[in-house]
Amino acid sequence: MLLIHCPYCGPRDETEFTCAGESHVLRPQPPEEVTDARWAQYLFFHRNPRGVVCERWCHVLGCGQWFNVARDTVTHEIRKVYAMGEPRPEV
Amino acid sequence: MRQRYRLSHGGRIDRDRSLRFTFDGRTYEGFQGDTLASALLANGVRIVGRGFRLHRPRGLLAAGLEEPNAIVTVGRDATAETNLKATEVELCDGLVARSVNTWPSARFDVGALLSMPGSLLGPGFYYKTFMWPGWAVYEPLVRRLAGLGRATSAEDPDSYDTHHATCDVLVVGGGPAGLSAALAAGARGEHVVLVDADREFGGQLLGADAAATIDGMPAQTWLTRTLGRLRECPNVRLLARTLATGYYDHNLVTLVEQSEIRADEARGRGAPWLRLWKLRCSRVIIAAGAIERPLVFPDNDRPGVMLASALASYLNRYAVLPGQAAVVVTNNDGAYDVAEALVAHGGHPVTIVDTRAEVRAELRSRLASAGVRVLSGYCVLAVHGRRRVRSVTAAPCDGAGVVDRLRAVKCPAEVIGMSGGWSPTVHLFSQSGGRLAYDPVLAVFRPEHARQAVTVVGAAAAQFDLEACLAGGAAAGGGSAPRSVGAAPTTPAAAPAGQAIWRVKSSQRLAGQWVDFHNDVTADDIRIAAAEGYASAEHLKRYTTTGMAIDQGKTGNVNALGVLADCTNRSVGDIGVTTFRPPYSPVRFGVLAGRRRQQLFVPLRRLPAHECHVRQGARFANYGSWLRPECYAQPGESLQSAMRREALAARNSVVLFDASPLGKIEVKGPDAATFLSRIYINNVSTLSPGAVRYGLMLAENGGIIDDGVVACLAHDHYQVCTTSAGAQRITAWLEEWRQCEWPGLDVVTLPVTTQLGTLTVAGPLARTVLGRLGTDIDLSPRAFPHLSVRTGVIAGIEARIFRVSYTGELSYELNVPAGHIAGLWEQLLAVGGDCGIVPMGIEALMLLRAEKGYVHVGSDTDANTVPDDIGLGHIAASRRGDFIGRRSLSTPEATRPDRWQLVGLESLDPRRPLPTGAQCLPARDARPPVRPCGRVTSSYVSPTLQRPIALALLECGRRRMGEEVHLYDLGTRHVARVRSPVFYDPEGTRLRG
Repeated sequence: MLLIHCPYCGPRDETEFTCAGESHVLRPQPPEEVTDARWAQYLFFHRNPRGVVCERWCHVLGCGQWFNVARDTVTHEIRKVYAMGEPRPEV
Repeated sequence: MRQRYRLSHGGRIDRDRSLRFTFDGRTYEGFQGDTLASALLANGVRIVGRGFRLHRPRGLLAAGLEEPNAIVTVGRDATAETNLKATEVELCDGLVARSVNTWPSARFDVGALLSMPGSLLGPGFYYKTFMWPGWAVYEPLVRRLAGLGRATSAEDPDSYDTHHATCDVLVVGGGPAGLSAALAAGARGEHVVLVDADREFGGQLLGADAAATIDGMPAQTWLTRTLGRLRECPNVRLLARTLATGYYDHNLVTLVEQSEIRADEARGRGAPWLRLWKLRCSRVIIAAGAIERPLVFPDNDRPGVMLASALASYLNRYAVLPGQAAVVVTNNDGAYDVAEALVAHGGHPVTIVDTRAEVRAELRSRLASAGVRVLSGYCVLAVHGRRRVRSVTAAPCDGAGVVDRLRAVKCPAEVIGMSGGWSPTVHLFSQSGGRLAYDPVLAVFRPEHARQAVTVVGAAAAQFDLEACLAGGAAAGGGSAPRSVGAAPTTPAAAPAGQAIWRVKSSQRLAGQWVDFHNDVTADDIRIAAAEGYASAEHLKRYTTTGMAIDQGKTGNVNALGVLADCTNRSVGDIGVTTFRPPYSPVRFGVLAGRRRQQLFVPLRRLPAHECHVRQGARFANYGSWLRPECYAQPGESLQSAMRREALAARNSVVLFDASPLGKIEVKGPDAATFLSRIYINNVSTLSPGAVRYGLMLAENGGIIDDGVVACLAHDHYQVCTTSAGAQRITAWLEEWRQCEWPGLDVVTLPVTTQLGTLTVAGPLARTVLGRLGTDIDLSPRAFPHLSVRTGVIAGIEARIFRVSYTGELSYELNVPAGHIAGLWEQLLAVGGDCGIVPMGIEALMLLRAEKGYVHVGSDTDANTVPDDIGLGHIAASRRGDFIGRRSLSTPEATRPDRWQLVGLESLDPRRPLPTGAQCLPARDARPPVRPCGRVTSSYVSPTLQRPIALALLECGRRRMGEEVHLYDLGTRHVARVRSPVFYDPEGTRLRG
């Protein structure tokens, strides 16, 4: 079970959080200019890398805030926790 | 009753406290301090179990958690706990134990006669033997013959606790290395937790003979002093009877702590007997010791053949000498101490069979002077005695294990101790993600590279020398040892010098040589598996089942790999080892569940007016973890008739419904309208204060995720109403979009579902009833029309009243602070009495909405249903701007002409309502299985229309009005006519009244 450092509450067990998948996925718009292929790419095709992935997590059983977590999918090591809206870190 | 094999003195047992117990129906006596295993051995009980597959008689192999044979059920009926090892069961007075997988007892087992011939049960027999006609045919038979204990089906009477905690240092294992680690860490002022699975700390020292010394004092004295010092440290917590069962990410270790008091005492007091710890540790020191390996030789599974260290443990700790004549079979120096101890306690004659050709002269002369015969360069060719060993035939062997039968010698043996070296207990380290390396000199897998903050010390790190254990533990505890291993591995007494002999070979046929006692796997099984191509560690495990079940390869793992290496001319290091997974030893389901069972499993929420509903005779059911009235049945009334009566009351007079679980979210801020217009498919910006609109929310794939109304309270203040089931989900959904995607919008959300209760007054007389409460709100239809919201005071309570309808009748939803709900409920019933007001349950509401063709999201829709499918495509089509899911509505899939659309269905036989879930057939004569072209999503018998009605999703449904469709459900067929989903008041005059 991961130990996640919520930027607002401190280190808490993974069971207090929810994960909504990869961060920094740009939502294509406006809808009338987005092709079917581009939209399908956004909806269904994700990188799912072996190594560091930046995900968005919510401290749903705590402060309710969303933030980003850079996590290694092999070792489960958390490289960085950073605020929503911050750019993808170099890790 | 007599403990024939008990020594008259010594051991860590209390001879003044004798305890009676039964095993397989016979009564025996043991002492305080015994385990079930040691007491059985003291009483001369040799057969304690049967082999898993072949039902051969089995005796005790070990004295610790690695015991593979003595698997027992303890207790009776509801309190029975099965698949325990006799070595882990503390003896107590009145204990009742039974062997598993035996009938009627381990001594006389019918299964041994009935069991299938060995040839049928070879490696991979599940895959090979039962190919035709199918596994299902054989499974019941195999399940009966194979398998272990049977779990009770009665409710677990024990209670459990869960403890979440943190510490600076967790030390796993209370042997010399662990104790010195805890001392050193404790001296630094760190918060230390020291655990040991045993009831006493000391590890191997508990089974050591009296001559052992540490720091110049007897080992037992050192142990007592060290424990005393640790107990004086306020920052050190000692947990005996506590097993570290799993090592998870980020240094979370699970512990199972057993109470000091007996299980039945705990039960009597209602106190938890087991406690699950979830311990988050800054660092972990693993000092879990090592497990001795059996040697692989013919008939090494006979009762009386045990690990040399187990023999020493029974001798020194429990004062049991299982037999006078003894043979010690070994490939290392360590077992020589056991031979000496046997002689010291009266064993005679004692013979050592050493597979090594060279034995140190000093050892040989020491043993010779003790009267022990040493046969070096020999291995065991045969073990004699089926139900208990009587003698051993040993023969010279070469370095590859090939025996010379002509020079065989026979030695008397009532008990055989064997030692194939020691395997570090690397399970926890492996679970932590640590990498293991094979050490060919020691023939062990030892920790090499750690991934988490863990240090392994002592025998667990292949440090088999006592001094090295103490030093390694102290260094790790003091924080000076690197991660992974505390010090370099040591190669003293217990290490096999030279190449290990993994099995005995001969040109003639030999009896079975057991590798995995628990899963009944022999060296020959492994040879066959390898010959059939299952030559990787992972394949071997699955094909032969070695290393599975309760045992998890504690004693058999390395030997299995060694035999496989030997059969395939590879090195053990090249084969590698399978991944160790938690738990280290079986854990009760109960302790994992802890207190989260029965009512606490998913705690049910109660409505603010719960007591009122109870008084009204409500029948409660669980709706989305809310305990809600499904109906208010009068005496003798069924759910169906109550529901019909309540629905008719809504159509003809007035009903009162508790809608408090409806999701309510306040959305406020200058950008609130912009925000909500992106959330809903509807344009919320055009709502003026006081107006309410019905809206849909989509996922990005265009599927409907929720529906409900949104009310404009002020130009920057809205109340979003979600379905009851969606309350939490939609709250989270709104926040995710607000925080992650549109942080620039100046808007906040606040869930108020449980702050505001909701009562619905519905029916033609709703306005009359409401007016009698006294309110400053003008209720007239002109001032307060359908789809509007008014704020004011009613019955003296601040309220937000919505005029919306899910029933199709004139309807008001009263949102008031939850604390006022019960009072308001009573007042409404009182003032509505002469109007015929009745409380209505949720089932009648569902019926009324189905008559109106209103969808219930999740029943009449699924994740792929888009707005147009339910006839609401025009809302999105007329919208400008983007909203969640918009792009998905114009994909080829969402605009297919043959999509399933919401329709009404009328059963052609009015006496046969359509079953919910019935599938629409593509043609009258279609015979399932066929691809269905629709399904019934809701079905009721309408009391108003006095006939069955149904909603369905049907392929091209809207183009098929008036057609007949054929339906199929669980073998029954139905015919229905397609029609509009609105069965009642299609003009909507009643709800606008």
